[in-house]
Amino acid sequence: MTSDRTLEAPFELKGSLFTLTVLRLHESDLAAIGAALDAKVAQAPGLFVHHPVVIDLDDLPVAAPPPDFAQLAAMLRQHGMVPVGVRHGSEAASSAAVAAGLALLPESRPAMRRSDVRDEESGVAAAEVLPATVQPTAVAHNRIIATQVRSGQQIYAADGDLTVLGAVSAGAEVLADGSIHVYGSLKGKALAGVKGNTAARIFCHGLEAELVSVAGRYRTIEKGDSEWEQAVQIYLAGENLIIEPLVLETSGHRKL
Amino acid sequence: MAKIIVVTSGKGGVGKTTTSASFATGLALRGFKTVVIDFDVGLRNLDLIMGCERRVVYDFVNVINGEAALNQALIKDKRVETLYVLPASQTRDKDALEQSGVERVLDELRQSFDYIICDSPAGIERGAMMAMYFADEALVTTNPEVSSVRDSDRILGILASKSRRAVQAEEPVKEHLVLTRYAPERVERGDMLSVDDVMEILAIPLLGVIPESSAVLQSSNSGVPVILEETTDAGSAYADLVARFLGEERPHRFLTTEKKGFFKRLFGN
Ligand SMILES: Nc1ncnc2c1ncn2[C@@H]1O[C@H](COP(=O)(O)OP(=O)(O)O)[C@@H](O)[C@H]1O
Ligand SMILES: [Mg+2]
Repeated sequence: MTSDRTLEAPFELKGSLFTLTVLRLHESDLAAIGAALDAKVAQAPGLFVHHPVVIDLDDLPVAAPPPDFAQLAAMLRQHGMVPVGVRHGSEAASSAAVAAGLALLPESRPAMRRSDVRDEESGVAAAEVLPATVQPTAVAHNRIIATQVRSGQQIYAADGDLTVLGAVSAGAEVLADGSIHVYGSLKGKALAGVKGNTAARIFCHGLEAELVSVAGRYRTIEKGDSEWEQAVQIYLAGENLIIEPLVLETSGHRKL
Repeated sequence: MAKIIVVTSGKGGVGKTTTSASFATGLALRGFKTVVIDFDVGLRNLDLIMGCERRVVYDFVNVINGEAALNQALIKDKRVETLYVLPASQTRDKDALEQSGVERVLDELRQSFDYIICDSPAGIERGAMMAMYFADEALVTTNPEVSSVRDSDRILGILASKSRRAVQAEEPVKEHLVLTRYAPERVERGDMLSVDDVMEILAIPLLGVIPESSAVLQSSNSGVPVILEETTDAGSAYADLVARFLGEERPHRFLTTEKKGFFKRLFGN
């Protein structure tokens, strides 16, 4: 090292977003998982080489014991993957994962499940209320764009919601850590909850978007789809991105 | 106070130079002292359409570089009093348009002109940026097709974020839509976007619709801005456009196909 660098800190810590491959386990039997991995890798050799992988336990039957993480990690490495962490584990599973040297990743489930969101009077019981996974920020940095967002422009509302009064042109991109509201037609791309806020939503008056995404789950829409040019809201229900018309109900209240 | 107006589009070949020439000529015909500047360094075709290519001695870049005085480079039009052309250089590259130099020339022109029309090159590179940067108003020239409209949308975004008025947080650049090469029969067949389609996407006020017309090619080949061919469709559409720009009410014409008479429909033309 040259002397002029000695005053600098040896490193810098920064938050960053990455796309990781998620391995959703349907069972914890290592023999079965191993056989399935062999088959996948045989289909596409090299596909997973050096891929960081997150083990997701959400689909494991509640009664099933957690897998042996040390063995599972070794098996993934044998297949070329790099296991980095675990999510959606029970308390016991999480501590076993940590003991095996894996990281714990935040949950991706929305703060409320879809059934909570429905009309209370319809009698649909709240299935499950999960603790909110996204810390509410003290000050929401909401951004309002009073004009049209033009092709080639990108607007990002960090730490808050984005409201666009005009249209979002084809070839334009709007992003927010929170929700996105577009009062004109949405023809470009809209990405809400870009830092992983699964409770973020997109609202627009005419959906003609090239792409919509909430917390990384995305969809493309085409002319002819039933939602085309409709006023809609878009939100996550579990892993599914729901596009739902904003219907005026008889009571005169919009469904939210 | 002089006004700087850029004629811009993003896409090439949509009719910027044709529009610049006729718009500047139209303003001068109304008695305003008007200069039209060719920012398309390296291509230089405004002087051809204005019919003054044989009188180019010094050009815009010479003036920027201090190699010629402004009045040595300005070419006075032979037909219309109060109309001047500042031609582009054919030999330099676009980097010759250096911002402080452009600003100095525009400031000098502001002293004596009412309108300064900037004919932008295609694209979003230096020449186009310089043509747009100092603008007070913009004629966004668009053809009724998807790629042209998309590029114009892009240009509108740049005007709203990167122009001098945007950067200095002044009142935004005033935007006008000029829809050129409009062919109603192709719109009716669904081959082209309609005026309404384009306005829906760009959402700026419509200043004029110029029909696709053989008169444009004929007049530019003879070095006459088409607005001077008063009896032609494109010429009278440009005259309407200038009138609207100056605040007069003129209905839009050439939006629909001519209704064919009964016999014509029966027997063809
Ligand atoms: N209204 C019109 N009808 C027919 N041809 C046109 C019309 N406007 C422009 N053109 C033709 O289109 C071509 C490009 O026009 P020009 O004004 O040079 O475009 P730009 O400056 O945007 O590149 C030229 O050949 C011109 O004659
Ligand atoms: Mg041109």
